[in-house]
Amino acid sequence: MKKIFFITIFLIFSLTQKSYGYSSDPKQFISEIVEEAKGILVESNTKEFKTKKLSEMALKTVDIKGVAYYSLGKYRKELNDEQLKEYMLLFEKYFLKSFTSRLTDYSDPKIEVLSVEILNPKYTIVKSLLLATDKKPEVKIEWRVYTKNPDKPLIRDLIIEGLSLARTQKEEFTSVIESNDGDVTKLFITLKEFIAK
Amino acid sequence: MVKKVFYILCLSLFFQISTANAGSEGSEELSKSNNSAEECFEGFSRAMFKFNHGLDKVIFKPVAKGYRALPAPIRKGTGNAVDNLRSLLTLSNNLLQGDLDRAGNTVARFGINTTAGILGFFDPATKLGFEDQGKEDFGQTLGTWGADSGCYFVLPVLGPTTTRDAIGLVGNVFIDPVYQITHNTEIRNGVVGNGNYSEHNYYYYRTTGAVDFRAKNIESFDSLEENSIDLYASLKSLYLQNRKQKIANSTSSVETQDDSDWEEIDTN
Repeated sequence: MKKIFFITIFLIFSLTQKSYGYSSDPKQFISEIVEEAKGILVESNTKEFKTKKLSEMALKTVDIKGVAYYSLGKYRKELNDEQLKEYMLLFEKYFLKSFTSRLTDYSDPKIEVLSVEILNPKYTIVKSLLLATDKKPEVKIEWRVYTKNPDKPLIRDLIIEGLSLARTQKEEFTSVIESNDGDVTKLFITLKEFIAK
Repeated sequence: MVKKVFYILCLSLFFQISTANAGSEGSEELSKSNNSAEECFEGFSRAMFKFNHGLDKVIFKPVAKGYRALPAPIRKGTGNAVDNLRSLLTLSNNLLQGDLDRAGNTVARFGINTTAGILGFFDPATKLGFEDQGKEDFGQTLGTWGADSGCYFVLPVLGPTTTRDAIGLVGNVFIDPVYQITHNTEIRNGVVGNGNYSEHNYYYYRTTGAVDFRAKNIESFDSLEENSIDLYASLKSLYLQNRKQKIANSTSSVETQDDSDWEEIDTN
């Protein structure tokens, strides 16, 4: 009886690990994400379903905290603990909305994962190609994978045709703050407006 | 008059290049340097950006959507033909940059695509191993010579630019064979000129190129517009990153993106 119980527990644990876990190899990690995204973005799925599933995927595979810090640049040192907490909550909502909105318009994207380039123990770049369609040209996509914890790689940036989305976001945030005389709370208001629209 | 303005701009650029070279210790450092450019007239630029954005909504985007309705092979062929003509400006810049490998590739592509590709409508050169290595313009050439980008600003209709790239726009006129042939309809010294062409041909070609580019980017721009909290700043960032990458003739972000600002962020 005990034996059956342990086997059952082991099976449940294994299955749970398999359905939530990703490979620790950066190239395989990205391949798995691409496959998962393809499954979510099939044409028959509703936009709400795609948004929900993509958000779940992003929460597991993207270093949202790291991207949030990066996007704030030099201004993150100016925030007190309470402001930082508020910023992190706002950023996560902003990021998920922006991330899912960019992707939900794609149906059945064909992405080939091509190669990897290890920059240092903390970063690996995985190179891939979004294949051309009748309407859209071929697009090179590079994934900046944060590998400080080698067992749990996380995405920190998408570099599309050499253009970094994280850098663009950071410069956008800086512009909002600087056009409001360095007042970071104005960025919070802008983020709230974006989330609410 | 245009020539005079061009020489003055070149002279001012010469001083910029001298300064940039004095401050740089190598091409690696230069190519990975921060891609920010000073805003010179931000108020004016934001106003021009709004004007261009309005113009895009009313004219460029609807025209691009109409062009999108054409059958895919026609669009592809038109894009190829425009790119083929554009490659002559690329060739001039390959030579000015002293990049003979790329110049050879550009000549081969132009020769093959103009003949076997029926005036550039098809692209057999790629299938023969002469891959498109990207467009070059005089702004990029100035960049490879070491010119700093200078100020960032937005021009009416033409969009984002920098001091270097604006000078490059003027410079393109002097070294673009298509411009010279279509604007010099009388033979001068037996060098250029052809009575079969007129200035209109040049503007048709440039307009078609712009429409083709806009049509290829309808979704990308819509997505950017929908997901930006400051569209002006987003486009500025993308423009400057793109120019830096083109000047470095790089297809790898590793060579052009500055990693240092990621280094201090540890989250696990």
